[in-house]
Amino acid sequence: MNSHIFTHLDTLESESIHIMREVASECKNPALLFSGGKDSIVMLRLAEKAFRPCKFPFPLVHIDTEHNFPEVIATRNKLAADLGERLIVRSLEDSIKRGTIVIANPNLPRNPYQSVTLLETIAEFGFDACMGGARRDEEKARAKERIFSFRDEFGQWDPKNQRPELWDIYNTRVHQGENIRVFPISNWTELDIWQYIGRENLHIPSIYFAHEREVIRRGASVIPVSDLVQPNSGEKVEVLSVRFRTVGDVTCTAPVESTASNVEQIIEETATTRITERGATRMDDQTSDASMELRKKEGYF
Amino acid sequence: MKNTSQLLRFITAGSVDDGKSTLIGRLLHDSKSIYEDQFLAISKTSEKRGMASVDLSLLTDGLQAEREQGITIDVAYRYFATPKRKFIIGDTPGHEQYTRNMVTAASTANLVIVLVDARRGVMVQTRRHTYLASLVGIPHIVLAVNKMDMVDYSEARYDEICAEYLAFAEQLGLHNITCVPLSALAGDMLVDRGENLNWYQGATLMELLENVEIDHDVNTTDFRYPVQWVCRPQTEDHHDFRGFMGRIEAGEVSVGDEITVLPSGRTSRVREIVTYDGNLQTAYAPQSITIRLTEEIDISRGDMFVKADYLPKVAKEFNAMLCWLSEMPLDKNRKYLVKHTTRTVKCLFASIDYRVNVNTLDQHPNSAVNMNDIVHVTIKVQQPLVVDNYDRNRASGSFIVIDEATNNTVAAGMIA
Repeated sequence: MNSHIFTHLDTLESESIHIMREVASECKNPALLFSGGKDSIVMLRLAEKAFRPCKFPFPLVHIDTEHNFPEVIATRNKLAADLGERLIVRSLEDSIKRGTIVIANPNLPRNPYQSVTLLETIAEFGFDACMGGARRDEEKARAKERIFSFRDEFGQWDPKNQRPELWDIYNTRVHQGENIRVFPISNWTELDIWQYIGRENLHIPSIYFAHEREVIRRGASVIPVSDLVQPNSGEKVEVLSVRFRTVGDVTCTAPVESTASNVEQIIEETATTRITERGATRMDDQTSDASMELRKKEGYF
Repeated sequence: MKNTSQLLRFITAGSVDDGKSTLIGRLLHDSKSIYEDQFLAISKTSEKRGMASVDLSLLTDGLQAEREQGITIDVAYRYFATPKRKFIIGDTPGHEQYTRNMVTAASTANLVIVLVDARRGVMVQTRRHTYLASLVGIPHIVLAVNKMDMVDYSEARYDEICAEYLAFAEQLGLHNITCVPLSALAGDMLVDRGENLNWYQGATLMELLENVEIDHDVNTTDFRYPVQWVCRPQTEDHHDFRGFMGRIEAGEVSVGDEITVLPSGRTSRVREIVTYDGNLQTAYAPQSITIRLTEEIDISRGDMFVKADYLPKVAKEFNAMLCWLSEMPLDKNRKYLVKHTTRTVKCLFASIDYRVNVNTLDQHPNSAVNMNDIVHVTIKVQQPLVVDNYDRNRASGSFIVIDEATNNTVAAGMIA
């Protein structure tokens, strides 16, 4: 490090490490939410930088919709195993079996229900702080959220009643039963994430790179064909060169047409793209201008 | 290694009518940081509201509640980048709770753009914003004289406003001020120079943002290293490893340096500077590192490593300027918590010396402290804190006050 200059990535990295160490020091029972997606893979590297040679002072937690891309789950398992860290997986299926999630059709998108299983998992383990890989540049509601975002007993976020956050002195105090969501990469943008993946040479699931995939066009979106998504009558299956910019529920995560097959090409595309990350790829965020805000108020991370 | 400061955090200060949202919208738009889907969304809204052209100020509207009411309620952060720098804008609304929101956004800013309307010139709010900027110690100030299109791009009017502002800033002891004329609506002198301000030879607003020198915004001389976390892996590979993790808040440190641990005053030497990417010979603010010492001395979170050349104070009582943030007034009879660097202690307000009228800068001997008040206080703490004057060192001169009953952050403090 002596030989290179202190870049904006170095500044962001140091800030994120500082935040993670504050969580580890001040929270009694924290967890790191880890899905195997690119942002949470960056979070893992930051945790390594923050705590090695020690073990992470928290487990990794995945709230599994079971609407997954197999490549992402494989990466999730491999990274956790390689790091020798504890991975806790809690599934929406368990909540469905318990009857705490009731859905009409198991094949419909499940992101709206993740909050239920997340809150049940928080209660099961007594977590008082959950670190997540959300970024403020993703969405309007996130732009207003604090790095340490306080939640009431129901996991609800009240955007009008947030604690002021000054300098980088974080107030981590909560009452029994309440908890905090912490976003160490709040100040990173999609481009920063890709530059960091490139710089750190991070292993990410192959679906982030351009590949041939069977898709169907529905409205303005391109939807991947999977066990859960089959063409309706009249819809044509096409094979396109695509990549995913975000990875979530397989039934509502749309890829973008792309030929970028390595990190450098993705950085190039990200720097010049004219569509926001969620605008391009998350059908569930487009239902209304305020979808994310509503979901966050309900306890979505 | 040199901090080339590729990341600039700035805020804009101005009333709603000064064109703040339009200015931010214009910076984002002209630097091509607006995405098509965002632009489409605000085009639709502009059309719905019967506007003739796209209202760029809509870009910074955040939450549903605000969109319904047509106001902004809190600090929002925006991101954009040019090939030269990455920018973080702390966007604050220009009305109610202004002091609280501006102080919050200002606390991490390198630079503030103070907006004035060329027709109205320096107003009471302009003075208030500038005072708050000086209170929170924002290192760089840009006076943006906006709406030049409304005064026929008059150079004389611009000169008049700049002269008045600089005279006022001088009274506050502010020096790092640059003035720029512009029209956010027409796009003159923001990213492009435009055709209308040819008499102005200085840099455009974007050029100022891209080039302002901020390497010395952090104190580079007085080493300050609050210990965040002690790493003891107790594994076979690292059975005697004991590392003190933290972030260098100011200055630099090298292997072999003698350090003093405060408040205990014990000394030791730096044996190793450990990072995930390998050991370092020297590390600088604001790097996050792990320090190993040559001697085993008792150290825990909340202690601070310093070097003997410029020592902070170890104080159980100190003066501070306080910005009260809570709707519940300060209660002098109660104990609160102070969080300063990595140490949290109980505190009492020994005296409330005066309140500053942020519009006139007059001092009032007023002991009631309400939300948005700026007061000078004397604070007593239960255990000593390792403090610097805020003017000298932002990181070791700042603190927050927490109400134990509600766990809310109720005040921001700057040690005087």
